[in-house]
Amino acid sequence: MHFPHRHLLGIEHLPPASITTLLDLADQYVALNRREVKHSDALAGLTQINMFFEASTRTQASFELAGKRLGADVMNMAVAQSSVKKGETLIDTALTLNAMHPDLLVVRHPASGAVALLAAKVNCAVLNAGDGRHEHPTQALLDALTIRRAKGRLHRLTVAICGDIAHSRVARSNILLLNRMESRIRLIGPPTLMPAGIADFGCEVFDDMRAGLKGADVVMMLRLQKERMDGGFIPSEREYYHRYGLDAEKLAHAAPDAIVMHPGPMNRGVEIDGEIADDINRSVIQEQVEMGVAVRMAAMDLLARNLRAARGAKVTEVMA
Amino acid sequence: MTATLLQNARLIDPAGDTVTPGSLLIVDGVIAAVGAEIPLPAGVRVIDMGGLHLAPGIVDIGVKVGEPGERHKESFRSAGQAAAAGGVTTIVARPDTAPPIDTPEALEFVARRAREASLVRVLAMSALTKGRAGREMVEIGFLQDAGAVAFTDGTHVVTDTKVLTRALTYAHGLGALVIGHPQDPGLSRGAAATSGKFASLRGLPAVSPMAERMGLDRDIALIEMTGARYHFDQITTARALPALERAKRNGLDVTAGTSIHHVTLNEFDVADYRTFFRLTPPLRSEDDRQATVDALRTGVIDILASMHTPQDEESKRLPFEDAAPGAVGLETFLPAMLRLFHSGDLTLPALFRLASLNPAKRLGLPQGRLAVGAPADLVAFDPHAPFVLDRFALRSKSKNTPFDGARMQGIVRATWVGGTLIFGEL
Repeated sequence: MHFPHRHLLGIEHLPPASITTLLDLADQYVALNRREVKHSDALAGLTQINMFFEASTRTQASFELAGKRLGADVMNMAVAQSSVKKGETLIDTALTLNAMHPDLLVVRHPASGAVALLAAKVNCAVLNAGDGRHEHPTQALLDALTIRRAKGRLHRLTVAICGDIAHSRVARSNILLLNRMESRIRLIGPPTLMPAGIADFGCEVFDDMRAGLKGADVVMMLRLQKERMDGGFIPSEREYYHRYGLDAEKLAHAAPDAIVMHPGPMNRGVEIDGEIADDINRSVIQEQVEMGVAVRMAAMDLLARNLRAARGAKVTEVMA
Repeated sequence: MTATLLQNARLIDPAGDTVTPGSLLIVDGVIAAVGAEIPLPAGVRVIDMGGLHLAPGIVDIGVKVGEPGERHKESFRSAGQAAAAGGVTTIVARPDTAPPIDTPEALEFVARRAREASLVRVLAMSALTKGRAGREMVEIGFLQDAGAVAFTDGTHVVTDTKVLTRALTYAHGLGALVIGHPQDPGLSRGAAATSGKFASLRGLPAVSPMAERMGLDRDIALIEMTGARYHFDQITTARALPALERAKRNGLDVTAGTSIHHVTLNEFDVADYRTFFRLTPPLRSEDDRQATVDALRTGVIDILASMHTPQDEESKRLPFEDAAPGAVGLETFLPAMLRLFHSGDLTLPALFRLASLNPAKRLGLPQGRLAVGAPADLVAFDPHAPFVLDRFALRSKSKNTPFDGARMQGIVRATWVGGTLIFGEL
């Protein structure tokens, strides 16, 4: 298994072969997770610290469960309400943590690039659990696994990503990944929620949702991140729902077997109709959550193998 | 009488637009003769320059020195040493200190500290409004008497146009120079990058380059209304240039500068969130950089400045958008500027017109000329000598240079202020 990476900081640095390797291993962990005894010792003896500088329930729980199923000692640090409030810098926090010898560090931070900054200062493997509006690689990987299992492939699909692209790290990571795996990407949303120069990323941009959904194999809805809004990006929630909320009528423009995805947590009645979200024939939203645990197990397993190999190499050097 | 003859030099004359082999005679701190054949007075000390280039020292408008308030970032002593090593002989200090320089007393403090500690000449600017808060104008008359050479709130744009109009009108009555930062404060709020593909890929809060033109347009209207003497500190985008050119053509008393970093670097240099490349305004696209270089060549932009902004490690070791903006630029001024010479964009006389002659003219100083009667503020350098910059070797207290590890060409061998050798050995 070839996965030559020390950290998982973003999709930007992953070649297609690494993505495939990771998804193949994640498939095996899906099987493990469906067994009665869901335990492996791939991370036995290793310490995993989850550091969330931004509140999260779902992603943190998913990483915690993934670590525990692989036998790691998992610790959660709710940094949002600790030393950072006392003026400690990110680098100081990193150095303090590093002195505790963790093996895997899972980090979420509200500033773009902050996780990479931290990764440069520590000796362990770092997984980016979301940095600002930059990347959220495990989300894109779990989306890819969900799509691959539903459609049998990741290439030559038409994937429509709808909503608040500008503030979304999920969108950025998905665009990078799906581009790399040779699918067609359409971005749908009001122009105020489109990042500048996005057409240069190899995406088609649509203002009209029905046109954008036409013939799509995958419909990926994004959360309208209310907490990110300075105010005034859209006139009102109801107008947004009218133009960009996914309902049965709009979904009818997509391919008949199109799947519906959402990274959660959902705002029912803002970006997605409750009935669509719950339609077991179309919605794969629950599968996404399931794949999330498996993908994070695979990512931590692969990084831990590299970590052990690197340490082994060091020991050999010393002995020779 | 003390007399020194600098012989066998290549004389860069920005006013005459020439580079000629020859000698330069300094008598009592003033240039007494320039040319190929100079009659030797008795008792003159002769120095063989060995073919080095000799130019008028750089006059750098907009240098941040950390006094008062942030002496750990830069003092007049360290700034003076850095300047001398970078070919800068006159520092025009910014008032955005803590507290800001907005009273004659504060200005006199700066003048005293500079006299005590700085190797190079220091001229001080004052804030335009009290506390740089944009509400009330400072005592422009008293401050002028105390030696303020210009009035600026720096990157704090005066948003209240009524306040600004009155300040410009009052300044115009006294013939004072006002320096503004062209930027629409609303559009640029919270921005750490220039909007476009790169900022989107990196997920950084960004501002459209149009915000610069909006700031420029607004100020030009007010200049037209008040007749004020006005200088734009940094023009960095293509979209702003036609409006600037038009304003000049219409006879307004307006000039513009740009920063050495914006004409030698672009947004892609930020790469993986390198915070030493976080500047105000943010680095621009390559198209904008090239347009700005063209404007330097055609004279639409008059002045090149370092916008020297020392920041300590703590202010920079943060996520990109949280990091303090600014870069040090005094000591790298000459080699950075020479990048435009080596790339074939600008000649040596043109560069010294932008860095020495034009800023001196705008401030009404006798410097910036290689002419009889001008102060002997000079820099001798080898434009081709290569080196790799090591930021820890900088003389500034702060080491936040974007050129760390960069290959550069051009080393200052000697610097004189008023005929006194303050840097180098000859």
